[in-house]
Amino acid sequence: MKCDVCQQKEASIFLTQIAEGKMHKVNLCDSCAQEKGVTNPTGFGLTEMLGDAAAAGTVVKRTTSPTERTCPDCGFSQSDFKKTGRFGCSTCYQVFSDGLDALLEAMHKHTRHRGKVPARLASTKNMQERLNELEEGLQACIGSQNFEKAAWYRDQIARLKEDTPVAPAAQAMSQEGAEEL
Amino acid sequence: MKFETLLRKPAEWMRSTGPSHEIVSTSRVRLARNITGHPFPGWGKHQERLAVMGIIRPIVEQLPEMRDSFSEEMTSLNAIQKQVLVERHLVSREHAAKGPGCATVMNRQQTVSIMINEEDHLRMQALRPGLQLRAAFEQLSGIDSVLEQKLDFAFDENYGYLTSCPTNLGTGMRASAMLHLPGLVLSEQIGQTIQGANRIGLAVRGLYGEGTEALANLFQISNQATLGRSEEAIIDHLETVIQDIMESERNARFRLVEEKPAMIMDQVGRAFAILRYAHTLPSKEALNLLSLTRLGCDLGVFAPEDAEIVNLLLTEIQPAHLQVEAKRRLSAEERDSLRAEIIRRNLKNLPEPDFNGIVPPRDSEHE
Repeated sequence: MKCDVCQQKEASIFLTQIAEGKMHKVNLCDSCAQEKGVTNPTGFGLTEMLGDAAAAGTVVKRTTSPTERTCPDCGFSQSDFKKTGRFGCSTCYQVFSDGLDALLEAMHKHTRHRGKVPARLASTKNMQERLNELEEGLQACIGSQNFEKAAWYRDQIARLKEDTPVAPAAQAMSQEGAEEL
Repeated sequence: MKFETLLRKPAEWMRSTGPSHEIVSTSRVRLARNITGHPFPGWGKHQERLAVMGIIRPIVEQLPEMRDSFSEEMTSLNAIQKQVLVERHLVSREHAAKGPGCATVMNRQQTVSIMINEEDHLRMQALRPGLQLRAAFEQLSGIDSVLEQKLDFAFDENYGYLTSCPTNLGTGMRASAMLHLPGLVLSEQIGQTIQGANRIGLAVRGLYGEGTEALANLFQISNQATLGRSEEAIIDHLETVIQDIMESERNARFRLVEEKPAMIMDQVGRAFAILRYAHTLPSKEALNLLSLTRLGCDLGVFAPEDAEIVNLLLTEIQPAHLQVEAKRRLSAEERDSLRAEIIRRNLKNLPEPDFNGIVPPRDSEHE
C-alpha cells in the first residue's frame, strides 16, 4: 500500500481516528510520518494532517469532510490546543484524552493524580492511596531520623483520618508508623 | 478594606522575619482550581467570565480569613495600583493586565490572596516570611476545603484537579521559596546550583517569576511537576532541596569570609556607602546594593534587626510604590532620585558598619 501523502513510498504507519462520528484512515510512509509529527505521540490531528495534504492536491478523496474534533461543551479544538497549549474547559480533558498521557508523562513524569481529593468525591480507594503515600513519607523521615518532619506527616495522617472515615486496614498500618516515633 | 489602607500597611511577610530568614525571605504556596460547567477564563467569553466571577467572588469573600478583606475587580484599579499589587507578589503580572470579569480578594495581613479568573477560575496563594512552606500549605488547603463545600471543583479521578494548562494538572499546586543567595553568586557557584535543582525537577527563576532576571541575588525555587505526587511529598522534596541549598549558601559565605575577607568587606562597605549617600539610584543597582547590605546584616556588619529595614526597602523602592509615595506619575529620572532619597532617609539612623566580625583579629595569629 502506498503512502497517502507522498503517493510514492510504501506505507508503514496506519492510522484510524474517529471524529464526530466519522472514521478517517490514513496510511503513511516513515518519512511522511516523521514530517507530520505522527511519531510524536503528544497529540496530532489526523484530519488536520489530511487537510494539509489535500491542499497540496495529492490526497485521496476519502477526506470529504475534514472536520476537526471539537469539545461539545466549549467548542475548543485540537488545533486550539496546539496554538495555546491550554484547554478550553474541564470536559476537554475527556474529549482530547488521546495522546494526553504521553504529554503528561513528558511534563510530570507521571500520569495519575496522587494527592488531595475533594471530600465529596473521596472514595475508600483513593483515601487508602493517600494514606499509603503519607505513610511512605513518614517512614522515610523516621529512616532519616528527621523527627520534626515525621511528626508533621503524622499530623497530616491524623487530619486525613479525621476528615474521612477510613478502612480499618489503613488505620492499623499508620498506627504502627506512629508508634515507632 | 480600601486600597489606600492596604498600601499604608506593608504586608506582614514584607516586614517580619520567619524561620531561616537569613537565606529564605518568603515561602509561597498556590493552588489552581476551576469550577465545572464553565469554560476556563482564557477560552471563555467576557460574559462567561463575569458569570464565573459572580459565582465565586461572594463565596470567597465569606471565608473567615477574608473578614474585612480587600476585594476589587481588576478593571476598577488604575495601572499604578495594579503594579503595586504585582510588586508585592499579591497578583501575577498576567492578572494585572486582565479585563472585565477578573478580580482579586485578599486578607488584611496580605498573606492570602485569591485571584479570580486568572489562568484558572481560582488561583489561591498563601505567603509567609521565612521557610514556612508546610504552614502555608496547611492554611491554603484549609481554605480550599471550605470552598469545595460550596463550589463544584473540576476534578478527575485520574488527572486530579483539572486546570487550563496541563502543566498544573493534578494537585494544581506550585510551592516556592524566595532564596537570598549572595554567597553562591559571589563565589560563582550559583550556575551549578541552579543546574542541580533543574536536574531534579525544580525550577529556579528571578524575583518576579517566569521570565524575569535574578535581581538582588534573590532566586525563586519551585516544583515543576504537579501531577503524580501528593502535595505533602512535593513540599517535602522541595524543602529538602532548600535545606541543601541553604547549607551550600552558608558554606559559601563562611569560605568567602575565611578566604576573601577584604573582598567581602569591600563589597558590603561600598554598597552601604553608595546607598547612604547616592542621589540617584536606578532600580537594578539599588536592589543589588540592598542585597549586599542585607548580607552585611547576616555577617554582623550591621545589627541583625536592621535586616527588617533592608527587607522593606526591597519592595518600597519599586517603581509603582515610589509613584504612590509621590502621589503622581514619575519619569524614570524622577523615580531614581526619589528612590535614592527614600533609601538615604531609611538608612540614616543605621550605626557605622562594624567589620570586626569579618576581620580575623591580627594578634590571634601569633598565639
